[in-house]
Amino acid sequence: MVSEFAGFASLAPAYPELLLALGALVLLLMGVLAKKESAPWITGITIGLLIGVGVLIVAAPSEGVIFAGGYINDGFARFMKALVVAGSVFALILAVSNAEAHGLNKFEYPVLVVLATLGMFMMISANDLMNLYVGLELQSLALYVVAAFKRDSSKATEAGLKYFVLGALSSGMLLYGASLLYGFTGHTQLNEIAQAIALGDRNAGVIFGLVFVLAGLAFKISAVPFHMWTPDVYEGAPTPVTAFFASAPKVAAMALVIRVVFDAFEPIAQDWQQVVIFISIASMVLASFAAIGQKNLKRLLAYSSIGHVGFALVGLSAGSLVGVEGVAIYMAIYVAMTIGTFACILALRNEDGYVETIDDLAGLAQNRPFVAAMLAVFMFSLVGLPPLAGFFAKWQVFLAAVEAQLFILAVIGMLASAVSAFYYLRVVKVMYFDEPTQTFALPAIELRVVIALTGFLVITYYFTIGAPLSQWAHTAAGSLF
Amino acid sequence: MTPVIGLGHFLTVAAILFTIGVFGIFLNRKNVIIILMSVELILLAVNINFVAFSAHLGDLVGQVFALLILTVAAAEAAIGLAILVIFFRNRGSIAVDDVNMMKG
Repeated sequence: MVSEFAGFASLAPAYPELLLALGALVLLLMGVLAKKESAPWITGITIGLLIGVGVLIVAAPSEGVIFAGGYINDGFARFMKALVVAGSVFALILAVSNAEAHGLNKFEYPVLVVLATLGMFMMISANDLMNLYVGLELQSLALYVVAAFKRDSSKATEAGLKYFVLGALSSGMLLYGASLLYGFTGHTQLNEIAQAIALGDRNAGVIFGLVFVLAGLAFKISAVPFHMWTPDVYEGAPTPVTAFFASAPKVAAMALVIRVVFDAFEPIAQDWQQVVIFISIASMVLASFAAIGQKNLKRLLAYSSIGHVGFALVGLSAGSLVGVEGVAIYMAIYVAMTIGTFACILALRNEDGYVETIDDLAGLAQNRPFVAAMLAVFMFSLVGLPPLAGFFAKWQVFLAAVEAQLFILAVIGMLASAVSAFYYLRVVKVMYFDEPTQTFALPAIELRVVIALTGFLVITYYFTIGAPLSQWAHTAAGSLF
Repeated sequence: MTPVIGLGHFLTVAAILFTIGVFGIFLNRKNVIIILMSVELILLAVNINFVAFSAHLGDLVGQVFALLILTVAAAEAAIGLAILVIFFRNRGSIAVDDVNMMKG
């Protein structure tokens, strides 16, 4: 076989990945060789590196298919990668002021975040089952370590252990599905699998493969019935790590689901749509009811994230361009809301340290009116009240569902959304109407900046980024069809 | 005459191993190490599948995939054991029933 390698210029679509891989190695060496406390400036350089990669993706697009068809960089991949980079950068920024309290003041943390981001990039750009698996594992292995990063905390290590066991199980299921797909179609490249399926009959082996692959991926996006790990891991992991888990990996896994169902399973759309509709309904309904009894804010947000995955999947169920566009917009808005909410949670610090239960929020409005107001805005946006960004996210996916004649799905989604309003609004009620029991410290400057920035985007979404974001999401979704 | 061992036999063995692995994760209440072994069992079942399909189809890609899985499985086991060690340091136990600080 003749090598296709024709100089570094031919690798242009993969420059962001190469930059991240090299950057991770260099940063690791710098951290090891540095004499003194190296975590703060390594974090600084990492944030710079990730922003650089983000600029490269947005401003210097280079699209194409390389590595013998195994790797694809198209408009959709660029959109999702930009979201992932934003999630990673903000997750690192959130950890700056409280790294010591959360046990993240070691230089390995930013390096692991870079490696996880690299894995997510590979997932998003994977056009071959092998690439898909290796990217997924690179991301997962880095995330297992990050979850258990606070080594002296029982909760964090338990979170890491649970995440590892269930993550490994999900990888196993994904692989079993991949092996069946390979066996019954004879290919590992996604578009070749689609061709083979289209030519042959719709046989049981391929359907089994489809179900196993979707089950493995549903673990990664934490959709019901594979969501069991999410509340425990979100509660146990250090809060900045939870912010990271809730944003970037979810976007990457969702992008992977979209890529797989549209590229590999396009000829059997009927079959995957059934599966996606089922997990979408299950996620929305279970999350709405399970979140009601929660006392821990991070646990509440874990159920919230399960529910939001369900809403995003409503768009995917439609199986249309409008639907994918809706999912892309939904994930962008979801990342902004999540980062903002976690910045507010990290701002909750009293004399004893960081607090994270809903009861601790009592009287926040008197104490820290800015944080309380912004947290209220994020809660209203998570419910989906107009004119906040969350409303437009839900509008887009439900629009796609209605256009695809999925009326029952849309109705169930709206009812679940109404139920979810109860637990979001309870947070607002505790903040504004309960008697204060403690005083909160002034949050660090970068937290206030992140809160203000995400809050601004969420409030003024319709007037500022709404139109360009929709335009970009439309182009991105178009590259899949 | 001895029966010929064909693709179906390999797939059956792999499916049984996979099922044993999944049950090993959910039914075992004793020890997290057994869970790690079950994960390995699942991955090896997948490898049998890939190699059997590869031989059946006369296509090398399946064997390349199997090698990648072996490599990643080694890294995964290393990380799993490392997490288990720090868990043991904090709690003094690796019994599955003791992994219960947070209720899911």
